[in-house]
Amino acid sequence: MSSSHRVRVSVDVDGSRYVDDVEPRTLLVHHLRERLGKIGTVIGCDTSNCGSCTVLMGSADGEQHSVKSCSVLAVQADGTAVTTIEGLAGPDGALHAVQQAFHELHALQCGFCTPGMILSAVDLLRENPAPTEAEIRAGLSGNLCRCTGYQNIIRAVQSAATALRGAAAAVLPSEVTV
Amino acid sequence: MIPVAFDYLKPSTVEEAVAALGASEDSKVLAGGQSLLPVLRLRLAAPALLVDLGGVPGLSGVRVDGDTLVIGAMTTHAEVASSDLVRRHAPLLAAAAATVGDRQVRHRGTLGGSLAHADPAADLPAVAAALDATYVVQGPAGRRSVAAADFAVDLFTTALAPDEVLVEVRLSIVDGWSTHYEKFHRMAQAWAIVGVAVAVSRSDGTISGARVALTNMGPVPHRAVEVEAALTGAPATAEAVAAACVSVSAGTSPVDDLTASADYRRDLARVLTGRAVCQALGI
Ligand SMILES: Cc1cc2nc3c(=O)[nH]c(=O)nc-3n(C[C@H](O)[C@H](O)[C@H](O)COP(=O)(O)OP(=O)(O)OC[C@H]3O[C@@H](n4cnc5c(N)ncnc54)[C@H](O)[C@@H]3O)c2cc1C
Ligand code: FES
Ligand code: FES
Repeated sequence: MSSSHRVRVSVDVDGSRYVDDVEPRTLLVHHLRERLGKIGTVIGCDTSNCGSCTVLMGSADGEQHSVKSCSVLAVQADGTAVTTIEGLAGPDGALHAVQQAFHELHALQCGFCTPGMILSAVDLLRENPAPTEAEIRAGLSGNLCRCTGYQNIIRAVQSAATALRGAAAAVLPSEVTV
Repeated sequence: MIPVAFDYLKPSTVEEAVAALGASEDSKVLAGGQSLLPVLRLRLAAPALLVDLGGVPGLSGVRVDGDTLVIGAMTTHAEVASSDLVRRHAPLLAAAAATVGDRQVRHRGTLGGSLAHADPAADLPAVAAALDATYVVQGPAGRRSVAAADFAVDLFTTALAPDEVLVEVRLSIVDGWSTHYEKFHRMAQAWAIVGVAVAVSRSDGTISGARVALTNMGPVPHRAVEVEAALTGAPATAEAVAAACVSVSAGTSPVDDLTASADYRRDLARVLTGRAVCQALGI
């Protein structure tokens, strides 16, 4: 077998399907950045520790979960749907509640950790809509920030949690009457 | 860094995976990739072929088979931690899986991968040892069972042959035991400096059975049989537990490294074992 064979990879990223032939050794983060131009996803380490490359990726249960895209091969993402920071805002450009809260509560300084931090927070809030401060700290422990000291990040996630619960409560009555 | 180029195969049966592993001189199984990909990225290893188990149906999931809990090798740490069946029948494993790495790592990393990787600091091998797990392994000649005690051979080395695949982990369901996994590390998220997996049973005020296994106190998980014997029959009091745990590091060979000296690890093992047993007993 030659080691330069390429493998067909079909992946839905931020709502669009991309079909490419990729080298098996290509990391998902490199595929996203260099082939698909999704440079919102960044690389901050070489040891799977920093979480700045975090994206949401579909799994067998159909739900998307946070993963470190530097620790997934592009070929492993074949047939899945991926959400990067570039696909989080609504089609009208309205920021996601977590993005809005990071903006309003100054949850970033240099911004390098921010895409991964936001996607990890989105993943956490999907599983736990009302986390305690300790649960937020534990839930974001795969994401390192070298600037903020985390305080405003925690506040932003708490604020986004409240906003998302409000939005969920607002749609509930109409669902109940169906 | 980018890994050295390799060939990639995504078989749809374990038989195909085993055949591919056997046909290549230098192949590796790929499960969740949370240990293997960091190693490849740093070019500490450069296998010629990766055989991805991600396309084999039936390798992940949890079921009960009579009085046995069966967990597929490809079940992720997140799935193990949140599975109702694991929480009911093997709460020690669910609790320990929830301490592995971070959310992202738990979404990808698998039980089988953690056991097959056999990192001395990994949490789940000690838990499997404490629970007397049986590993079901498939090779060219079919399936065989390996006891947890015989599976970990040395640092990063298991009883798996290069053309064998770990397919499932089987745990006898024993009700009435209470359990605790005590993991010590200094940062919000880190590998265990020392970890202790404990399962105890009690009748009235007496400890009637105990299993204790240590993480990172040597190249392979350490079953502290002397402590198990000392605990069994002892009164369920903090003083008696502390006395029984004194000898917990007998027969261990912890490393001296930047995070902790061997002496510190031995003392930590004693303190953490006492804590874990008391936690499990609710005293
Ligand atoms: C940032 C970070 C933090 C971590 N923290 C912890 C921690 O606190 N505690 C802890 O225990 N672990 C930790 N880990 C490791 C994690 O648990 C890994 O998921 C696990 O060790 C490997 O599982 P995997 O499915 O990802 O296996 P892979 O990385 O795919 O494979 C690991 C090895 O096992 C072999 N293998 C995998 N599956 C099989 C199988 N079914 N049959 C035969 N061989 C197989 C592979 O060939 C490879 O050699 C951490 C990892 C990272 C990146
Ligand atoms: S780039 Fe640091 S974890 Fe992925
Ligand atoms: S804002 Fe700079 S690393 Fe987090």
